[in-house]
Amino acid sequence: MTDTTLNAPAVAARPARRDIGLKRRYAAERRFKMYGIIAIAIGIFFLAALLYSVISNGYTAFWQTEVNLAINFDPEVIDPDNKRATDPSVLLTANYPVLARNALAEKLGVSKTDRPAMREMSKLFSDGVRGQLRELVAANPSLIGTTQNIWVLTGADIDSAFKGQIDISVEESRRKVSDRQLGWMEQLKGEGAMTQRFNSGLFTYGASSRPETSGLGVALVGSLYMMLIVLGLSLPIGVAASIYLEEYAKKSRLTDIIEVNINNLAAVPSIVFGLLGLAVFINFFNLPRSASLVGGLVLTLMTLPTIIIATRAALRAVPPSIRSAALGVGASKTQMVFHHVLPLAAPGILTGTIIGLAHALGETAPLLLIGMVAFVANSPVTPLDPATALPVQIYMWANEAERAFVERTSGAIIVLLLFLAVMNITAIILRRRFERRW
Amino acid sequence: MSTLLVFVIVVAIGIVGYFIGRQRAVHNEKSGAKAHSLPHYHGWWVFLVSVLPAIIFLGIWASASSLYLERNAISKLPVHNAESVIASQSLEIGMVSGIARGLARLSEEEKASLPQTFAELRPLLSSKGVALATEGQDFMIPIAVEWNRNATRLSVIGGTIAIGLALAGAIFGLSRVGVRSRARNNVERIVLWGLLAASTIAILTTVGIILSMLFQTITFFQSVSPLNFFFGTVWDPRFADAGSGGSQGQFGLIPLLAGTLYIAFVAMLFAVPVGLFAAIYMAEYASPKVRSVVKPLLEVLAGIPTIVYGFFALVTVGPFLRDLSAALAGGYAFIQAQSVLTAGIVMGVMLIPFVSSLSDDIITAVPRSLRDGSLGLGSTPSETIKRVVLPAALPGIVGALLLTASRAIGETMIVVLAAGVAARITINPFEAMTTITVKIVNQLTGDLEFNSPQTLVAFALGLSLFFITLAMNIFALYIVRKYREQYE
Repeated sequence: MTDTTLNAPAVAARPARRDIGLKRRYAAERRFKMYGIIAIAIGIFFLAALLYSVISNGYTAFWQTEVNLAINFDPEVIDPDNKRATDPSVLLTANYPVLARNALAEKLGVSKTDRPAMREMSKLFSDGVRGQLRELVAANPSLIGTTQNIWVLTGADIDSAFKGQIDISVEESRRKVSDRQLGWMEQLKGEGAMTQRFNSGLFTYGASSRPETSGLGVALVGSLYMMLIVLGLSLPIGVAASIYLEEYAKKSRLTDIIEVNINNLAAVPSIVFGLLGLAVFINFFNLPRSASLVGGLVLTLMTLPTIIIATRAALRAVPPSIRSAALGVGASKTQMVFHHVLPLAAPGILTGTIIGLAHALGETAPLLLIGMVAFVANSPVTPLDPATALPVQIYMWANEAERAFVERTSGAIIVLLLFLAVMNITAIILRRRFERRW
Repeated sequence: MSTLLVFVIVVAIGIVGYFIGRQRAVHNEKSGAKAHSLPHYHGWWVFLVSVLPAIIFLGIWASASSLYLERNAISKLPVHNAESVIASQSLEIGMVSGIARGLARLSEEEKASLPQTFAELRPLLSSKGVALATEGQDFMIPIAVEWNRNATRLSVIGGTIAIGLALAGAIFGLSRVGVRSRARNNVERIVLWGLLAASTIAILTTVGIILSMLFQTITFFQSVSPLNFFFGTVWDPRFADAGSGGSQGQFGLIPLLAGTLYIAFVAMLFAVPVGLFAAIYMAEYASPKVRSVVKPLLEVLAGIPTIVYGFFALVTVGPFLRDLSAALAGGYAFIQAQSVLTAGIVMGVMLIPFVSSLSDDIITAVPRSLRDGSLGLGSTPSETIKRVVLPAALPGIVGALLLTASRAIGETMIVVLAAGVAARITINPFEAMTTITVKIVNQLTGDLEFNSPQTLVAFALGLSLFFITLAMNIFALYIVRKYREQYE
């Protein structure tokens, strides 16, 4: 723009002029411009590196290796004393992994008396098979005595090996998967009995110490509850506060204090809100620890300033002529605000709210302090039950050492980023579609 | 009678009142007279007069009765020796209320044959989904039974009064429905009060933050002297066993503050040049097309949750720097995976969009005429930027940088995962240091006795953090406000 008007006459003019360091100055100009490009490149490089690191580590988490076993629900194993008619708890405590082990031994042709081989082989499938078969039998006791083809999860190490994440060239004693296990794996793969299937467990399982049976189920429910609480509380309160400040408040000491307060609250470190939640909601009001209700309340207080600032901007963007017209035809001030100004400001308010919610969804630090770092295996029913949240689950998995947990963590991050992307894109579309220039 | 049921009944009365009130107003209008307010305002007025007093009463009653129950139970507890009275009393009250909560879930037959010892009661209650700690005593059971009896009595009395209030309010409101009654003004006044109340929540939050942290901090300073906290150079909180008293541990703020400031400094060292040059390029050089692509891309960096940055530092940047240093130094990794450098760089990446978008706004706000004047005198664009635009924008940029720095100081998740937990003072950026926020998280996660200095110190740390960031924010806003109008 401006530089073109400048450059053209300066360079094109008479060549025989006195040297005023133009060359040096233009070189400096080019360097300066180059710094800007480098800076932007650094920013974009890190964005790309971050996304690449997460996606390359995490995309495999959406598939999980499973092995198909012809499991014989042998009554001799499940209920050796034949007491299940009188004592149903037999079905809950039965030794289900033996069933899977026997089925696998038969498939691979391993002798049941070869104990070391049996032990090595039983690492091929996950210990989670106990719960899986127990649920099947509990739901349908007539399965006992029959033989069923069932897909069971493999162990986390086998899963990693199957996905090619374990370096097989390392010598056998130093890696987690033995040569024999690899041989079996190849054999099953060749028969089509071991394959990768969509990992629905990632979205349904709760906390677990085994990577293959741990999932985001509890965290998703917890985050959903929290988002509903944040939406239900911060939107009405935030809109009410902004209406008061923008439309009613006269310039006074009180409104000045409120205004400075809101600006400061928006910049308070999020962890301080966690301390507030711990001291006020948990210690003073005795609300349960780890509950999504407390998390929702803390996040509400945290997002409130964001929503108030966005709403005030949206209200300010409605032209005064609308207000004058409404008042002119006899509306009261409240009618003017609620019937005319608020509907016109709604898209802006909604956009701000969605962005605030997206922030709240990704927030971790305050939730750590109110005890959301909990090992919760069962899905919460009410917002008062212990739960975790999506980012907190990521934090907990990030602290686990196993390779398979890195994969899960990255998978969970992909899920979180997808949610955030959807929310932000919705906000952008809303703004594009409904934005009105007066 | 549960509070929820009473609440539903009260609201139902209000809704019925709304319809009857509106109906009456419509009827009045049909009879010919022109009313002051529209019918639905009469309805709303009836609703508000019947529901609001009842709900306010319910709230006060609920908190007062829980206070009464607790007092009553405390007076029934056996007397302790003076020393441990406060701590053990609150524990015992917690147990009693837990037992009472469990007893309330029992069926009538089970209540009739209530076991007299805690050892028998505990499995019974846990089968009802109420898990109790093991320290319960037999004498608590009768207290808990009485607690429940009182609670029922109180809630019945409170519920009856609330419903009575709602009915009285509805009747009062209905009696006032008339042609000349100013229902709209009344409703609007209440709406206005509601709006005012909503806007004071911001103040309440700040007051809540300060008070809650202040009280815990004062308790903390009763066992650890403020001098040792603010000027101590050793951080060694030593998680003592509950009640062992003797070993205190040292709570020195200095190493944590040093780590916090050092990591924030490294982050700013990275973010300021990158963010500032990016902002300058986008404001002064980039074509609108480039700008419309690059600006959102950089802003994506601001939308990524900090836990993701922390994970990125933990699994990618940290190991990369360690391996790089090992390759450079021939096998010896002089950069640790968790270090000031790792945390600083990743935090710097997070801060780039803050610096760039804030300074972008400020640079574009510098008026055109200043640039044109400089360019007209023959300076190159970069000279214009360096000598004219940046000096004009400087106060705003300084304010923006202060805001960014306060964000760096308060950042938690990146340092929790990438900076390490060792509290030490060093100037070597390749070693691990720790920050205030990391220690707040460390002291408060896990099962801890709440009244020990080990957990209370987190509030003292939080209060220090709050005031540091608050001072920076206020100063930044002051600078921005003071110099903003100069070129407008």
